Amino acid sequence: MKLDIVSANRLSDGRVVYLTRDDGWSESIIDGRTAATKEEGTALLADADRAVADGIIVSPYLVSMADDGGAFAPLHFRERIRLFGPKTDRATSQPAGRVA
Amino acid sequence: MYRYDEFDHAFVHQRVAQFRDQVARRLTGELSEDEFKPLRLMNGLYLQLHAYMLRVAIPYGTLSSRQMRRLAHIARRYDKGFGHITTRQNIQYNWIQLTEVPDLLAELAEVEMHAIQTSGNCIRNVTADHFAGAAADEIEDPRVWCEIIRQWSTLHPEFSFLPRKFKIAVSGAVSDRAALRVHDIGLQLCHNDAGEIGFEVMVGGGQGRTPMLAKTIREFLPKAELLSYLESILRVYNQLGRRDNIYKARIKILVHEIGVETLAKMVEAEWHQVREGFTDLPQDEVARIERYFAPPPFDPAAGSDTGLDAARRGDSAFDRWLEQNVDAHKQPGYAIATISLKPEGGVPGDIDAEQMDAVADLAERFSFDELRATHQQNLVLPHVRKRDLYALWQGLKAHGLATANRGLIGDIIACPGMDYCSLATARSIPVAQAISTRFQDLARQKDIGDLRLNISGCINACGHHHVGHIGILGLEKKGVENYQITLGGRADGKAAIGAIIGPAFSADDIVGAVETVVDTYIDLRQTGEPFIDAYARLGREPFKERLYATH
Amino acid sequence: MPLIKNGASAEDPWQFAADDAALPEHGPVAVSPARWQREKAALRARGEPLGLLMQSGEQVEDIVADLKEFELIALDFPTFRDGRPYSSARLLRERYGFAGELRAVGDVSRDQFLFLHRCGFNAFQVTGAGALEAWLRAVSEISIWYQPTNDPRGALGVLRHRRAAAE
Repeated sequence: MKLDIVSANRLSDGRVVYLTRDDGWSESIIDGRTAATKEEGTALLADADRAVADGIIVSPYLVSMADDGGAFAPLHFRERIRLFGPKTDRATSQPAGRVA
Repeated sequence: MYRYDEFDHAFVHQRVAQFRDQVARRLTGELSEDEFKPLRLMNGLYLQLHAYMLRVAIPYGTLSSRQMRRLAHIARRYDKGFGHITTRQNIQYNWIQLTEVPDLLAELAEVEMHAIQTSGNCIRNVTADHFAGAAADEIEDPRVWCEIIRQWSTLHPEFSFLPRKFKIAVSGAVSDRAALRVHDIGLQLCHNDAGEIGFEVMVGGGQGRTPMLAKTIREFLPKAELLSYLESILRVYNQLGRRDNIYKARIKILVHEIGVETLAKMVEAEWHQVREGFTDLPQDEVARIERYFAPPPFDPAAGSDTGLDAARRGDSAFDRWLEQNVDAHKQPGYAIATISLKPEGGVPGDIDAEQMDAVADLAERFSFDELRATHQQNLVLPHVRKRDLYALWQGLKAHGLATANRGLIGDIIACPGMDYCSLATARSIPVAQAISTRFQDLARQKDIGDLRLNISGCINACGHHHVGHIGILGLEKKGVENYQITLGGRADGKAAIGAIIGPAFSADDIVGAVETVVDTYIDLRQTGEPFIDAYARLGREPFKERLYATH
Repeated sequence: MPLIKNGASAEDPWQFAADDAALPEHGPVAVSPARWQREKAALRARGEPLGLLMQSGEQVEDIVADLKEFELIALDFPTFRDGRPYSSARLLRERYGFAGELRAVGDVSRDQFLFLHRCGFNAFQVTGAGALEAWLRAVSEISIWYQPTNDPRGALGVLRHRRAAAE
């Protein structure tokens, strides 16, 4: 089954956030409010536009998710990178060849 | 190097206050994103995939150790502890918060740095030969003119809403290390028949969607006329550059559409009128700026130093680094040292805060306090006394900065790609890391020899893949990344745009494909023939054949 | 629409007549360059101040011969991103010596004021409350400029020159 979720960037710090079930914005996709139909998707975007006007987020759009072995994950690799962060995130890895 | 006077300080502080106000008005909603976006871009602030990205200007790639320490502090305080050197000699931070940017900019202003016009449809950072002021083949230091152009172009009221971005590069040496021919304006210092020094002016280069090489519109322009001439070019571009299609808005498209002769005539006609009323920079102001670029106090006795040969013989790793990363200096007894930011398997161009502090210390000790950032995403210490090279190398080694691969296949140029950039169509960093790992054997790299490998994660070509000897362009097809190879590009005086070799390769196959290209070269090269020359001689067919043999 | 002229709120006596609209009976009127070329005699005959409304991309050279007949030239910004009127303004002021009212109309807002002012615009048609206060703040946000333009406050090269001469 395919579901959509709204993704955006938070205005204050640019972090990727998802529209939640209680009309908030969370960095965790698990809290996300899903849309199963086109109409529901349009409604999600309308709510998101209000958050744009309120200066909470910028550039909201719908992300297609799909069943990824029991959990939902974004379909497109770009959205997975937005969700999981860069693999090369230096907070968690060191480049090879660097003497500690 | 240039030092701000009270006016420059006042200016940059006013600019910070102005942007602080603009950020505040954005956060209250007084400014919409649409209204705010060009304002933040003109202060180098992008909204990227995961966070804001700030591009700090390193004017013509020159900075002091004090400035480098501040960049380290910025990385720690405002980011995740690292920065990235770009293909335009700037530094980028990937994890910035909008709310903190005014304070960040205030801290930069304290050390005479800023992020002004590192984005937006305006004149961007003026780049230069990273060996300026040191290279043995230098005619004159181009940075004097870079600084003059920088000031002239900063908040230029007529040219802040151009059809598109505008990039200027200046070279003062015989050898073009500044990639002049892929800039909107490339300025080459040269002599005329009377022996005077002036500029050859080239216009209309650029990469991106439609790569083009710049064409000469004026063979010789006296130095004193530079600003009036630039003003004329920019005015013609501002008025005639296309505004209906962002992919056709650079000056290169204008040159292509009306022809270089017509453009030259228009510029000359405009210049004829501009000159009359133009307030040239007073000669004493030029002299004031020139004084900042006087050579450092070299020791005239340095030429008779000894000891380097002994160090070379004693340490083969040092010897390898010396051979690969060190260039001749115009001053006897001195040398130019390149610090590779391309460790095996690493992220090209990245440097962490600790490394920044380390190179700042080394620059202070060994290079008269001066550093350079290069468009190949490395750093340079321009004025190192030869007898200090061994101590320098040891200092670099302790911080993972002594990779002896400058100019070799491991010295990869790569944009941040889809790991960070919202414009990207594919990741570039993992490809760079995989290639770096595949070719990690330094002896193998040396055997391959001089080879520029450039990777871009999208058609905007920020990785400059069009001018790579081997270029890789990351694309997307049906939700999957794939990688197109170009061959034969170069950015020097014999500049050329690489040719697409054939269908793209998957992420799994691209490294093998690069290896096939390299192996083909090894098999077919003549003795001592570098890759780029072998490609020019052989053409694309042998490479194409081998790459697609099984298809 | 509120007008700021020479640093203060001002009444706007000007009417802008579209190409196919009747000219107003009385009062200053501004028309397009095309209409000016077609109806010069009729416009002059009104005996009232004359003005031009130029679209971005229209060339000042086309009207330069008649420049002294105009008390107002309005340059339209179809979007604030369109920087062509900045060039037109400088040419009118600095090359052709236009001394009348040079007005920025269209998509004009506070964050362009400083650039507009330095290019020679002295009148701004603006929207929104607090526009005058915003204008006054905007044009004094930066007091150091590196480029010489018609702006009489002087450019940095000149400032340094004066300081050096004074020492």
